[in-house]
Amino acid sequence: MSDLNSLAQRLMALDDKLVACMRCGMCQAVCPMFGATMMEADVARGKLALVSNLAHRMIEDPQAVADKLGRCLLCGSCQANCPSGVHIMDIFMEAREIVYNYIGLHPLKKLIFRFLLPNPGLFSLGMRIGAPCQGLLFKSKNNVQETTAAPLLDGILGARHIRSLAPKSLLALEGAQDTPAGASGIKVAFYPGCMGDKFYVSMGQACLKVLRHHGVGIYMPKGFACCGIPALSSGDAEGMLKEMKVSLAEFAKGEFDYVVTPCASCTSTIKELWPRYAGRIGEAEQAQAEALSAKTMDINAFLINVLKVEPKAAPADNAVPVTYHDSCHMKKSLGVVREPRAVIGLNPGYRLVEMAEADRCCGCGGSFNLFHYDLSRQIGQRKRNNVVASGAKVAAAGCPACMMQLEDVLSQNGDPVEVKHTIELYAETLK
Amino acid sequence: MLSTALIKDFEALLGKANVFSDEADLQSYSYDSAVLNPVTPALVVRPTTTEQLGKCVKMLYDNGIPMTVRGAGTNLSGGTIPDKSDTVVILTNALTRILEINENDLYAVVEPGVVTAQFAVEVAKRKLFYPPDPGSQAVSTIAGNICENAGGLRGLKYGVTKDYVMGIEFFDATGEVVKSGSRTVKCVTGYNLAGMMVQSEGTLGVISQAILKLVPPPKAQKALMATFADVQDAADAVAGIIAAHVVPCTLEFLDNNTIVKVDDYTKAGLPVDAAAILLIEVDGHPAQVADEAVVVEKVLKECKATAVHVAKDEAEKFKLWEARRQALPVLARCRPTTVLEDATVPRSQIPAMMKALGEIAAKYKVDMGTFGHAGDGNLHPTILCDRRDPEEFARVEGAVDEIFNVALSLGGTLSGEHGIGTAKAKWMEKETSRGTIMFSKRLRKALDPKGLLNPTKLVGI
Repeated sequence: MSDLNSLAQRLMALDDKLVACMRCGMCQAVCPMFGATMMEADVARGKLALVSNLAHRMIEDPQAVADKLGRCLLCGSCQANCPSGVHIMDIFMEAREIVYNYIGLHPLKKLIFRFLLPNPGLFSLGMRIGAPCQGLLFKSKNNVQETTAAPLLDGILGARHIRSLAPKSLLALEGAQDTPAGASGIKVAFYPGCMGDKFYVSMGQACLKVLRHHGVGIYMPKGFACCGIPALSSGDAEGMLKEMKVSLAEFAKGEFDYVVTPCASCTSTIKELWPRYAGRIGEAEQAQAEALSAKTMDINAFLINVLKVEPKAAPADNAVPVTYHDSCHMKKSLGVVREPRAVIGLNPGYRLVEMAEADRCCGCGGSFNLFHYDLSRQIGQRKRNNVVASGAKVAAAGCPACMMQLEDVLSQNGDPVEVKHTIELYAETLK
Repeated sequence: MLSTALIKDFEALLGKANVFSDEADLQSYSYDSAVLNPVTPALVVRPTTTEQLGKCVKMLYDNGIPMTVRGAGTNLSGGTIPDKSDTVVILTNALTRILEINENDLYAVVEPGVVTAQFAVEVAKRKLFYPPDPGSQAVSTIAGNICENAGGLRGLKYGVTKDYVMGIEFFDATGEVVKSGSRTVKCVTGYNLAGMMVQSEGTLGVISQAILKLVPPPKAQKALMATFADVQDAADAVAGIIAAHVVPCTLEFLDNNTIVKVDDYTKAGLPVDAAAILLIEVDGHPAQVADEAVVVEKVLKECKATAVHVAKDEAEKFKLWEARRQALPVLARCRPTTVLEDATVPRSQIPAMMKALGEIAAKYKVDMGTFGHAGDGNLHPTILCDRRDPEEFARVEGAVDEIFNVALSLGGTLSGEHGIGTAKAKWMEKETSRGTIMFSKRLRKALDPKGLLNPTKLVGI
């Protein structure tokens, strides 16, 4: 019981933020989880009430509250639409950390967040061994999304249609980079993110191609670790700090004008969360994270706002219709809306057609997809329906996690719609 | 405590996925938007057909268990907070079918859990119009709107929810089906029970279906904004517009405190010295709209408006309305607790009401911003406070009591659109009469002999 008291006391630190919720319920209108289940405990108002109740010892079951907190995509739609400006994402992140500290992290998560993801060499090794073996288990779906399914791994992967591991990671193919600024006079640190390095390698290569084409110097060391968002979302701040510390050390070794990433989640984590957590490592790290934050931007925004790339021609008559999905971290965290669409406009072979609810969450939610696959699929189906209704032949996004989800839901429905990163579309125009 | 046998019966009827008995789930149905203490129900059930809804009511009645029906839970007077710990909450948010939108006869038939804004969109797709637009319309449900007689910004010209209810089917306390009204404009078959159900706050029956009136949409709109150095001038302008036989679809008011706070937050360049802003929109046939906008502009200038802006296009109109859209969000951000009242006075009494509100705020030392629907006298004095501070909250409660007193003394009402619930029940007799309370109680007793439908709400049973 005294333990519960100290849990409650730690949660009371959130009380000033929690009390700002006036229980108006407007979050119901935008929450993808609520849209799927129509249960009050799945919407922000319900979760905020439960965290508050746990803090005030009105509920004595931390596991139940943790379970409810876990049923959230952290998409930020509620916060973006909250009439009283409640800092919902901060509350959820901090509450997850406090509650999971109390009940303990799942051992598998502990292994991944504190051992595998902070250790890029080990992570890559695992992938190197895994990639050639996957043919034994995964069967190609022979579709435009190039996904595979693994009936034998049903217990782990469910019925997912996922892209196979790249035979070689981006870093293995391209090697570490440290090239000087070219014609643009700019040098960037390119942070590919785990997905950009290991799954969507051709997307990572497209980014490098675009940067080189525009005479941008590239710093990409071998030692970047995971940005830390999967760990932090699971309440494991310790794992996140470990991962951030490794990457900060790598950043410290290079010189560059900007940090650019092709992953909206990585960008928003480096930009918004690193400065908030780095102080726990030390003062120097805090200062470094703040400086990095100011320099970090999404690669679409970099192309349009810094390099000021402009379209050379209007879409051709026979241009392929492409629709764009606003990733939650891209639009709701970073406020980047116009630039990815402008990047699509750089390739006259494509014509942008907007889908309905373009900024509604795709339902991936990172590790949410792993633990709540049925809900994830259900939410993803609405996105799929909107994509298909738009008539697009390509669905573009600026976040590999969303791409993976889009590929799964489109593949599951047998839709002939390709999924691509916006930068890949532009890279097609370059030699 | 509910018997496990009864819970099993509900699970058999509705499926396990629609019966919630875990503490965490129950606690998420313990509150609504009112600033009141939560009460955790014993069970929450979610029927997915209206037939199941009726069976739920009957099962609860047969077992003598009190029930509170809940749509989106956006009630501002506590109407959807369970009465006590043995209450069962019935959710209507799985009953969301729009059964018919009739474009020839201008009506729609809907299930209770249809979300107001989604309904309005479906109606608009068929080039028709459902005007009631309560502030919570993005999530609120039609049956919730009916049970509270929800209003909104368009009340002055288009009326409120009650003006669009043509018929209702509901279950009485025992689970019997009751039908009243029809798909016809005229219908005098029996008592106007549909009318009785409007603003009944879940105390007389459980709505299973509603027939709603639709109207043709206006073809044109025009928006104007005027600033005033004196609240009296603004009130004169409101009266002048009506006297000139122009009925705007919206006629909104913001007081100085609200203007200052909105400008501070949005940096929109609002006139922070103004005592009041009026936002006016006229709609209808394009020629009529053009004529009326000229009349309104003339009246505003005659009533000493210090500035008048006429929106030239949609973009400008959107910008003019930004101040009104931001009023509640900005006020709500100022302090942890937002006490949103809706005392309403005859529109000629707005200056007297505003003067009294200023005095009350000073007397009780509370931070109050007032905005609202000037055209129908429905103001929203909004007190910004921290409920965790008992001394401060006692002053807030004192101020609220006095607001009601003043509103009644000016010939007004306790609540224009938020309802009585439990929040204002103690004031009912003061506005009405002892006979009204007794009549209402006897009505409830006759229709609900066991006293199970939202028992402590409105007048209590």
